[in-house]
Amino acid sequence: MGNSQIRIALTGNPNSGKTTIFNQLTGTRQKVGNWPGVTVEKKEGDIQKFGYDIQIVDLPGTYSLTPFSIEEIVARDFILEEKPDVVIDIIDASNLERNLYLANQLRELDTKVIFALNMADVARARGFKIDAQKLSQLLGVPVVFTVGNKGEGLDALIQTAVDIAHSPLHIPEERKVRYSKDIESAIADLKEFIKARSPEAFPYNYRWTAIKLLEDDKIVKKRIRDLLGASSDAVCQKAGDFRGKLAGLFNEDLEIVMTDERYGFIAGIIKEVLSASSLERVDISRNIDRVLTNKFVGFPIFIFFIWAMFQLTFTLGAYPMSWLDTAIAYLTAMIEHAMPGGIIKSLVIDGVIGGVGSIIVFLPNILLLFFCIALFEDTGYMARAAFLMDRIMHLIGLHGKSFIPMLMGFGCNVPAIMATRTLESRKDRILTILITPFMSCSARLPVYIVLAGTFFAAKAGTVIFMIYLLGIVLAILTGRMFRTVLLRGEDAPFVMELPPYRVPMIRSLLIHMWDRSKMFLRKMGGIILAGSIIVWALSSFPRQIEYSMDYEAAADEVRKSFDQKIKSADGFLASKLESERDKAIHDLNRQRNAERAEKSYIGRIGKLIEPVFAPVGIDWRGSVALLTGFVAKEIVVSTMGVLYSVEGDSQSDALHSALRDSGMTPLSALSMMVFVLLYVPCLATIGAIARETGAAKWAVFNILYTTAVAWIMAFIVYQGGRLLGH
Amino acid sequence: MLLSEMKEGQSARIVSVGGDMRLRRRILEMGLTKGSDIYIEKYAPLKDPMELVVKGCHVSLRVKEAAEIFVDPMARREGDHGK
Repeated sequence: MGNSQIRIALTGNPNSGKTTIFNQLTGTRQKVGNWPGVTVEKKEGDIQKFGYDIQIVDLPGTYSLTPFSIEEIVARDFILEEKPDVVIDIIDASNLERNLYLANQLRELDTKVIFALNMADVARARGFKIDAQKLSQLLGVPVVFTVGNKGEGLDALIQTAVDIAHSPLHIPEERKVRYSKDIESAIADLKEFIKARSPEAFPYNYRWTAIKLLEDDKIVKKRIRDLLGASSDAVCQKAGDFRGKLAGLFNEDLEIVMTDERYGFIAGIIKEVLSASSLERVDISRNIDRVLTNKFVGFPIFIFFIWAMFQLTFTLGAYPMSWLDTAIAYLTAMIEHAMPGGIIKSLVIDGVIGGVGSIIVFLPNILLLFFCIALFEDTGYMARAAFLMDRIMHLIGLHGKSFIPMLMGFGCNVPAIMATRTLESRKDRILTILITPFMSCSARLPVYIVLAGTFFAAKAGTVIFMIYLLGIVLAILTGRMFRTVLLRGEDAPFVMELPPYRVPMIRSLLIHMWDRSKMFLRKMGGIILAGSIIVWALSSFPRQIEYSMDYEAAADEVRKSFDQKIKSADGFLASKLESERDKAIHDLNRQRNAERAEKSYIGRIGKLIEPVFAPVGIDWRGSVALLTGFVAKEIVVSTMGVLYSVEGDSQSDALHSALRDSGMTPLSALSMMVFVLLYVPCLATIGAIARETGAAKWAVFNILYTTAVAWIMAFIVYQGGRLLGH
Repeated sequence: MLLSEMKEGQSARIVSVGGDMRLRRRILEMGLTKGSDIYIEKYAPLKDPMELVVKGCHVSLRVKEAAEIFVDPMARREGDHGK
């Protein structure tokens, strides 16, 4: 308490081990990945060390601070606007030259920087020797060696950060990158020009601002406009003049010249501080790639991995799934006995357990799927998947990286849509977001299992596969269409790093998996619970219903007539009659429940919207189920359970026979599956779309588009099937 | 010649980088600067994109993007890049 506070920001290239260091420092739950740009969200952690309260902020991994992608903008804005006390740049020591590019950009900002030469052990093993003292001297920046995954050097790192946080250390001007004479004189002129026109409290370094304006940085230009008001035009005008003049002089765009010169400066530094021994290094990563991205076996292996992932998810997941099923049945039975009958009991059993319980059984599947995806990411295979798939994705007008979100879409659309942040181009991102919902998420699977299981028995597997395929095909068609109509424009460059393969840390895999599964569970506790209760309430009220006949009386009648017969019959016949009697009573009950569902609020709503769904062969119950599926697709199954008034016993078996009794045909079941595949993704997904695109209009557009496509496709399936005589 | 015309296993030095600003910037930031040596590691199974080794990193880019980069092919040195 009462400690001084320090705020430290971590920056660094993707794959520099930044996230590992963040985890080591803060011990918070955070994932480590090899996929470039895995740390998109701002992660923070508070620690107490050396008598200070230290807040550590993990910035997105970037190659540069040019506002090229959202990650870069996020990172730069944080440093510029939030002004952390110290910025620690995590540098992959085995890859010094490229990493120094970002490091030098940081030095141009007015901020205190420390370089952490990370993975020092790897660098040593590769035969690199870095003269840290010289590096520190040349650049005027403290340098600390670290080995992130072993936690080495981290105390020294924090100690250094604490030391410089309270010292007035500034990087002397002469140690910054010097550009060639003409550029330097332009920088100097422009700097003075800005200074003369800016308010007292100008928040940025003048030299940096001048450099950025010369580079025609759009964001800095906008800031200048906000800051300087009327005189900004003159500043931009002046910068433009310099740009034109210098570009003419170099016969090249100024940005390129300056990037070249920065690398030139770095090359000079490297010459002085780095000595590579001629150790013939064994490059394991490269050998692995010779197989995994091989001309001939690359694709078969890739397909095998995907197949194995789904196999693992669904076959291995089936065991814990059945345990959960049993546990839930047990819980239901327990409550059945423990609670007095009435509306509260009905709420708990039918509303809460019936709704949430039927969905929570998918948790093992989801955990396994996310584990596999985390494994792909943390080993570095994801980047290879993009490398392999880019050609194919490019045909749809997408980037190879879009493949990963789409693949994740098979698990859950919400994290899949969040994963599109790794895409640099906004258009690519929006396009991927819009088509990802066509990837059939695991929540839709139970619907297919119930419907296909009931109506296509032996061929269920094939039918479900075709449904998945239909989703993929429509995603491709939609992608092509949107690319040519809605989101035209240049494709984002595929210039991407293929990071070395790494042995994943189990702990980080688990953190990674858990982070994503949490989203599923949160959805469970929030939206799905609320949705289940609403559905339950709509189907349980009004309590008083005028039945078309007196079921109680009818049941008594049946009982009476059977009892008389049973009395006069002998042993064998009597027991046969008894079971006949029970069945008749059971049928009456079912009839009653069905009528009750029909006359409840939800039934009335279903009747109201039935005409819309009639052309696609879905009756009022199906309509209601679809309507409730907007909350979460899993609810479709539980709603059907309620509406077909399945009671007691093994739920799925009962649902199967109830579905068959309801007059649903294989064709209308197929139509319903198609509809479920394609129509509005769940509420959580819609929320994710709005959040990730930054505009509610895309969410609304997605709702309308997917529903239209769903209806049209279901119509084609249903009416087409009828024409074919089914 | 153009980088896109190079074959697997060849080395070259970058002469110039063309293309629109976005692409050039990106290419440069990944270390593919004028004068740097590159090695063509491989082409993807569908012949696009390609994988390069530059400044010790493995970088992939599309053939179309590689067609914006002029290179000067180099004779392969013995033991170069361990192939």
